[in-house]
Amino acid sequence: MRRTISILLENESGALSRVVGLFSQRGFNIENITAAPTENDTVSRITILTKGDSMVVEHITKQLHKLVNVIKVVVLDDFPEGCIEREILFLKVQAATRAARDEVQCLCGIFRAEIVDVTPDLFVIQYVGEPDEVDRFLRAVRGTTDVVEVVRSGVCGISRGERTLHS
Amino acid sequence: MENPTGAQMVVRTLEDLGVERIFGYPGAAIIDIYDELMNSQRISHVLARHEQGAVHMADGYARATGKVGCALVTSGPGATNTVTAIATAYGDSIPLVLITGQVSTGLIGTDAFQEVDTMGVTRPVVKHSFLCKKPEEVPKFLRQAFYIASTGRKGPVVVDIPKNCQTPRMPEGFVEQKDVSLRSYNPTVLGHKGQIKRAMTTLATARRPVLIYGGGVIQGEACAELRELVERFNLPVVTTLMGISGFPSSDRHFLGMVGMHGIYAANEALHNCDALFAVAVRFDDRVTNNVKKFCPNATVIHIDVDPASISKCVHADIPVVGDAKAVLGQCLGACDELHLAGSELTEWWGMLDGFRKAHPLSYPHPQGLIMPQDVVRAVSERLQGQDYYVTTDVGQHQMFVAQYFGFERPRTFITSGGLGTMGFGFPAAAGAKMAHPKAQVICFTGDGSFQMNMQELSTCKQYHLPVKIFILDNHVLGMVRQWQSLFYDQRYAATCLDFNPDFVRLAEAFGHQGIAVSDPAELDSAVERALAMEDELVIVDVRVNPDAKVFPMQRVGGSSEDMILSEEEA
Repeated sequence: MRRTISILLENESGALSRVVGLFSQRGFNIENITAAPTENDTVSRITILTKGDSMVVEHITKQLHKLVNVIKVVVLDDFPEGCIEREILFLKVQAATRAARDEVQCLCGIFRAEIVDVTPDLFVIQYVGEPDEVDRFLRAVRGTTDVVEVVRSGVCGISRGERTLHS
Repeated sequence: MENPTGAQMVVRTLEDLGVERIFGYPGAAIIDIYDELMNSQRISHVLARHEQGAVHMADGYARATGKVGCALVTSGPGATNTVTAIATAYGDSIPLVLITGQVSTGLIGTDAFQEVDTMGVTRPVVKHSFLCKKPEEVPKFLRQAFYIASTGRKGPVVVDIPKNCQTPRMPEGFVEQKDVSLRSYNPTVLGHKGQIKRAMTTLATARRPVLIYGGGVIQGEACAELRELVERFNLPVVTTLMGISGFPSSDRHFLGMVGMHGIYAANEALHNCDALFAVAVRFDDRVTNNVKKFCPNATVIHIDVDPASISKCVHADIPVVGDAKAVLGQCLGACDELHLAGSELTEWWGMLDGFRKAHPLSYPHPQGLIMPQDVVRAVSERLQGQDYYVTTDVGQHQMFVAQYFGFERPRTFITSGGLGTMGFGFPAAAGAKMAHPKAQVICFTGDGSFQMNMQELSTCKQYHLPVKIFILDNHVLGMVRQWQSLFYDQRYAATCLDFNPDFVRLAEAFGHQGIAVSDPAELDSAVERALAMEDELVIVDVRVNPDAKVFPMQRVGGSSEDMILSEEEA
């Protein structure tokens, strides 16, 4: 099962490598990962998308808690209110012909993606959505034109409703 | 007055933290700290002959005392040489602080001379690690390191100090912060009251309860509380390898070690219990055998300071997170409050005594050959009632000591259980002897294990550490050979030590005493002579039967009671 884990940890050198190292060391899987400082610059927040049954995820969260640098760990999907997840996708696509440009623009309109850079032959498309939507959009673009380059940010997540995560 | 330098702050901080012994090996990146250490009246340094030896010594010192072991090495190869020893301490949750020198911060990342990413190399085998970036971080990180190493689930902590954090002075206006507070690290001490009540009610109503405890009871100084609980409930007690010496083996409640080479009655008790009261164990695979078949009918109560150890391997029906000493104290309190007392458990004890009588430890006695078990028993008999510490290396001899020695006092059995590090026993004995100069310190080792760290014979001469080394010398790597013999058609791939040094002359070359013995009739007198030489390190090279095997031995993939009891059954 796919799970999104949010981690607050000390914004220190080496802290991120401990988290990443833990996953490889214990055979856990990282689908994707994002990390950046929070409003408090001594604290970083990491979002990790992982796969595993509830036993595995419990094991992961306990091991993460055990890291001395880690302040808080939550599994966002565990909240009854659910969570909001977004990922940014950048695509560099072939748009050399009129037909290709029209099709890509049309697709972007349907998916509410933006074209953020244009050359005579290429578009750079920016799309923000849930990971599944990102997959769908990517498939749709691939069916329309040649995709030259794909960049995905990995997932950022936050809980819905009143619940907050603070150090 | 001028502010102190980073190196001065290292020594002052260590003194302030009560460090008396430090084990190490100098080098260019740590020379400033060594220079300051020379001025210290309160810390004495032990120069090992290899960094791995130094850290094992600090580890042995920590295990024998309960204090934090401390070691000091240089950058690069100095640091990488310690990795096995750090991992050994990590495997058994031993409090240790290792200070490593590092190249100056400006050179980090340039592949400088003797530069290695010490934080990176050690990361998977430390509880935590620090890299100082400024001189004023040195005292702060050292205090945090000692605090982290010695609290919660204990473990090794590395403090990497670049050269340019050692020589400069503390900045102007520097005030040392002596209290340690870490927002991200707060180990749980007290257990959850409701869970403890549930645990104690379950224990009191169980008809076939068993208490299993591990090394955490010794590291957590909870042996007295454990014993009181056992007596109140008349509980059968089994131990893991790491728990040995935490509960007196002569006590009638004690059934012995469980697991791969556990005692028959102890493994049977586990398999047949209806309530397992587990204290500070982590259910290693050598303890459980096949977890799916482990304690099939038991309600599992699991007390551990490390929440990640609970339900990691064996599902806990009643988990209690907390310090072993504190939680066991709470358990006793809960019994008073709820007026819980154990029953006689007559039927259960009858069954357990039956197991004891059915298959006590035994081994064959071929004519004219010394059996390794004989050596352990001979030494044990002579030491009972005395002040002693016993260390082992890893392999058959380790299991024979665990099975046959019979320990009575906490911390007297020192072994590498988790990592299983050959070469640990001798330097650990040197560390234990440093801590307890008046006690008899014995190292049981094999001819394979001993050759992995025998360079420390020099250290023992230099610092006068007259430990007694019993080499159970079979000219083979016994435990691996046992597997080859039983499961690999006697194909002895790379387990024959066809050449060994003359250990007696080796001892003499280092200025020590050596005794060789191969005749069973001479064993007792050799042991007696060795133990009588109080001021000498003695190597006793005992030629033992190479075909001796460790039994009981669990069948891999089976339950606790799937045991091979003798060679005939194999």
